[in-house]
Amino acid sequence: MLNDDYLKYPERSYGMDHGRYEWSMLQDRKTVQWPNGKKIALWVNVGLQFFPLNQKGVPFKVPGGMTKPYPDLRHYSLRDYGNRVGIYRFLKAFDKYNITPTFAVNTRLAERIPYLMNMIKESGDEIMCHGYTMDDLHYGGQDIAEEKELIKRSLDGLRKLSGQDITGWISPAKNESENTPDILASNGIKYFCDWVNDDMPYDFNTKNGNLIAMPLPTELDDYFIINNNLHSAEDWADQVEDAFEFLLKESKSAGGRILALNIHPWVLGQPHRIQYLERVLEKLGSHADVWSTSVNSIANAWKNQQ
Amino acid sequence: MKEDPGYYEYWPYENRPKIEWPNGAKVAFWVAPNIEFYELNPPDNPFRKPWPQPSPALPGYTSRDWGNRVGHVRQMELLEKYGIRGSISLSTALCDHHPEIIELCKERDWEFFSHGIYNTRYTYGMTEAQEREMIKDSIETIYKHTGQKCAGYLAPALSHSENTLDLFAEVGTELFGDEAGIYSCDLFHDDQPTPIHLRSGKKFASIPYSLEMNDTIAYLVQKTTPRRYGKELKDNFDRLYAEGAESGTIMCIPTHNYQVSNAHRIKAYEEALEYITGHSDVWVTTGKEIAQYFLDNYYDDTLADIKTKNKKYGNA
Repeated sequence: MLNDDYLKYPERSYGMDHGRYEWSMLQDRKTVQWPNGKKIALWVNVGLQFFPLNQKGVPFKVPGGMTKPYPDLRHYSLRDYGNRVGIYRFLKAFDKYNITPTFAVNTRLAERIPYLMNMIKESGDEIMCHGYTMDDLHYGGQDIAEEKELIKRSLDGLRKLSGQDITGWISPAKNESENTPDILASNGIKYFCDWVNDDMPYDFNTKNGNLIAMPLPTELDDYFIINNNLHSAEDWADQVEDAFEFLLKESKSAGGRILALNIHPWVLGQPHRIQYLERVLEKLGSHADVWSTSVNSIANAWKNQQ
Repeated sequence: MKEDPGYYEYWPYENRPKIEWPNGAKVAFWVAPNIEFYELNPPDNPFRKPWPQPSPALPGYTSRDWGNRVGHVRQMELLEKYGIRGSISLSTALCDHHPEIIELCKERDWEFFSHGIYNTRYTYGMTEAQEREMIKDSIETIYKHTGQKCAGYLAPALSHSENTLDLFAEVGTELFGDEAGIYSCDLFHDDQPTPIHLRSGKKFASIPYSLEMNDTIAYLVQKTTPRRYGKELKDNFDRLYAEGAESGTIMCIPTHNYQVSNAHRIKAYEEALEYITGHSDVWVTTGKEIAQYFLDNYYDDTLADIKTKNKKYGNA
């Protein structure tokens, strides 16, 4: 039997049921123009992840993490494959097709593999923080002191190792506590990618100033399409191309749009899948309407027009 | 608990009395966009967890919010392009949260029907009085914001009680007489309308709404690709169109703005809509219009046919 409170709706009023951002429909907002008349800002976001073998799984097992009893060698080593092998296929493809990637890095991976970290650092491409490890989740009810320490450790470590300011953030599994945005804002983060509720950036309120919420859709994520939906890599490429064509069409009347591809070298970096990433990058990298750039540039271009 | 919900009897899909839709159409075609509000911090329900993660459960909440912020207008423009008026399965609290969406749909003369208050408040565990109050609130909210007398119901998140259909029909009558509370989208047993037995004896129909063509079932449960979903829509139509020559059928596409309006999915959806509406002899309509047409023209004959056959064969 339910208490009568179940039929009470304290947040039932205009706008959202929380105070993090204003309710607005994309069509009602000011249009945005990208530099040089480009229509589509291409944000290729590469997740460089560390899934620890001794996974805690608190409060849940991170998607893509260990699923078998310890030691789950199959999942540990297959994720590691991405950082040893797959990433080098990615980097070659980015060079070949003139793609500017952004790297979202688990700080623990940067600590463990200086070779890879230095290589990314020397490329000059932007690095975002992707949390400490994939198993260090941010979650509702998490102790605030614990989360503050976790975020500080993640950012301090990555700033030191990368030499970059690190102004962008993606939580592992895009999961947050009720305090995550406030803690990020007080630690020098300017934009984050956990709220997949828009196709364009928007202002996000925190107790410590605004963040920019950047749109990195899970729906086009290679892990989501290939490992969760069980589609082929070719299907992933078809979906990306369909999305691109639609956004390009929409941009003719609605202003600049963003095509954000969240990809992982342990997924698309496999020998049988890499050709489909290359197919997509070849098409996008050479397209006259595409601006391939870092997430920081997209956020700034948007911010300067608000 | 009962072995069978008792809403309808067995009725074989052959030798049924012929249904003829207006202007000789073979298929009554309707699109039912679910326009929903999911709460970030819904109260606990002992029978069903709203979200898999502890609140704030961003993955589910934010993707649904995307449907309202971005997806709605995309689908609405598409339906308009193909001359389709949506029949909205509405989380009625959305009238309070996002009245702009309601206005856009009113301007296009879309139908609004009740899908409860929020899609994170389940019927499970409600007393009859509580469920009646929730349903009444939803019908009154639709009337207040749109002036429409709610004809149809799809229980919130498809969460039901044994009383759901009875209560919906009774509250409809209590508020607006025979105009409201006349059809349900909650049952998936047929491709044609079915008379539903209610304790009040009110004339009431189940209108096929199709779980199989539902984009969320296709994308989240079956995990189909967009192009495959587009093909399934066309295949579903082709068969119902062919069979509709014998007796009128119904095709429904239930959609969700957070699924079908995604940039990588909308092209496949558009191709299917273009294909379906490009045929002659298709009645492009709304749930309420189908239900009313059936109740006015075929309800009595259908009931008589079912009764005769079941007397003859002794079916349950």
